[in-house]
Amino acid sequence: MFSGKVFKYPDNVDTDVIIPARYLNSASAAELALHCMEDIDKDFVSKVQPGDIIVGGWNFGCGSSREHAPMAIQACKVSCVIAASFARIFYRNSINIGMPILECPEAAQKIRSGDTVTVDVDSGVIRDETTGETFQATAFPPFIKKIIEKGGLLPYLKAEQDASEEK
Amino acid sequence: MGMTMTQKILAAHAGLPSVQAGDLIEANLDLVLGNDVTTPVAVNVFKASGFHRVFDPEKITIVLDHYTPCKDIKSAQLCKTAREFAHEYGITHFYDVGQAGIEHALLPEKGLVAPGEIIVGADSHTCTYGAVGAFSTGIGSTDMAAGMVSGKNWFKVPPAIRVELTGSLHGWVSGKDVILHLIGEIGVDGALYKSLEFTGPGVASLSMDDRFTISNMAIEAGGKNGIFPVDDKTLAYLEGRVDRPFMVYTPDPDAEYERTVTIDLDKLESTVSLPHLPSNTRTVREVAGMKVDQAVIGSCTNGRISDLRVAASILKDRKVADGVRCIVIPATQAIYLQCVKEGLTEIFVSAGCAFSTPTCGPCLGGHMGCMCEGERAISTTNRNFVGRMGHVQSEVVLASPAVAAATAVTGAITDPADL
Repeated sequence: MFSGKVFKYPDNVDTDVIIPARYLNSASAAELALHCMEDIDKDFVSKVQPGDIIVGGWNFGCGSSREHAPMAIQACKVSCVIAASFARIFYRNSINIGMPILECPEAAQKIRSGDTVTVDVDSGVIRDETTGETFQATAFPPFIKKIIEKGGLLPYLKAEQDASEEK
Repeated sequence: MGMTMTQKILAAHAGLPSVQAGDLIEANLDLVLGNDVTTPVAVNVFKASGFHRVFDPEKITIVLDHYTPCKDIKSAQLCKTAREFAHEYGITHFYDVGQAGIEHALLPEKGLVAPGEIIVGADSHTCTYGAVGAFSTGIGSTDMAAGMVSGKNWFKVPPAIRVELTGSLHGWVSGKDVILHLIGEIGVDGALYKSLEFTGPGVASLSMDDRFTISNMAIEAGGKNGIFPVDDKTLAYLEGRVDRPFMVYTPDPDAEYERTVTIDLDKLESTVSLPHLPSNTRTVREVAGMKVDQAVIGSCTNGRISDLRVAASILKDRKVADGVRCIVIPATQAIYLQCVKEGLTEIFVSAGCAFSTPTCGPCLGGHMGCMCEGERAISTTNRNFVGRMGHVQSEVVLASPAVAAATAVTGAITDPADL
């Protein structure tokens, strides 16, 4: 269960604005976080608080495969990203690093910037505490849930590998 | 129900008799790719998760191409991380400055991709290898690490859009115009999570370089992959490059496609994408006269030898316009050498172009041609997002090599037929 204030963005937010390539000479999440969303919202980094939520429109995270984009968002301590739809590489990168991400066109349309929103990742229920509206996001298949529960794809793989070596 | 070409490749690599759209599968990988930006992140998660071996050092390739030759101390550190990992784990296909080139031009050239194979790469333009009838797609660094560890990745089997090509290309119209036109038709998320399967009588008229350009930009329509049938041109291209056996897949006659988009190549015109989305397309005639400060000819999209031959044919005995910087970047060392042998280098330099060693540099605003506030480039690259080539108030117009070269000569967007 997460709760936080919403930062809302339009359709087609690309990974070049989430983390501009001029900062990709670093692989450090903490360093990347200093420039998160810089080219679309230069105040984001100074305003975001741990637990806050990003809400985007259609095709959020389109463009480059840079995992630096969800890494930067995660390192800003954003609890969850909600969008009408996600670009596929951004989607799998977020799951693979264990960052909750929910697809819900209705929530993406109705939730406003600054609203307080509560998210139950397990059930996919999103509640806008400011307006009282509730939305149902697409739930994850069991395999994806397992990856998120383990904190990402590599911890999941390691657990699998260790388990098979013990047998 | 029948399977698409993509679904057949995925089923074979998952050890399944058949798959259908929406199935979540685990597939064996034939090749895992990373570059100087994405490999260090993969190395960090690989090490942090406690792994100590890779599944097959022959099936991993690392290409240092984005910020190379290194533009600053930090990028030198990234390259060092990737280089040390490659040496430590005996990665066979490691390409450093001097042997490298832009990954998506280099891998086909080196015969590292073949029909029916699955290639994943921590770079979104990995979809390029669909041109040879492979399933290839972009992934992130964690997927790359997982692929290096296990030789597998998870995939959701995609539905497909069929792109039926009729007629044949004419004049200065090229593969770049085909893909820009298609993205303009279906939008930047028109193929989201889906395959683009190119088919029809028009395919035969496309050169392999045209096909690489088209598959390369499938991602700009949101596509998971963009794949071509294997024909005589493909086999001729593979001759002398690929000596291992490979499988040629064709879609079932009753394969399901969500929709069919038809493009008549006879009627296609030179096309550009205006800022700030690749789907914001216009014909060159509609926007002729728009001023530019810079022209970039190169990249994984359009830095191949036929692209540079076209650009050189326009720049021969002409000069780059006053006030315009024209930057020409062959995509690989072999293409660079070919330019020298064919006299293209002399044409470019005599015309007043900067001619550079292979690098992704300017495409992503990395180095070798960043722009400041208020500047505009015409570029044969693949993205024109806000700030892509530098300042957030700079602009990129995407175009073919012919249009970029003609525009470099006049200083304003020009149809090469009008020169």
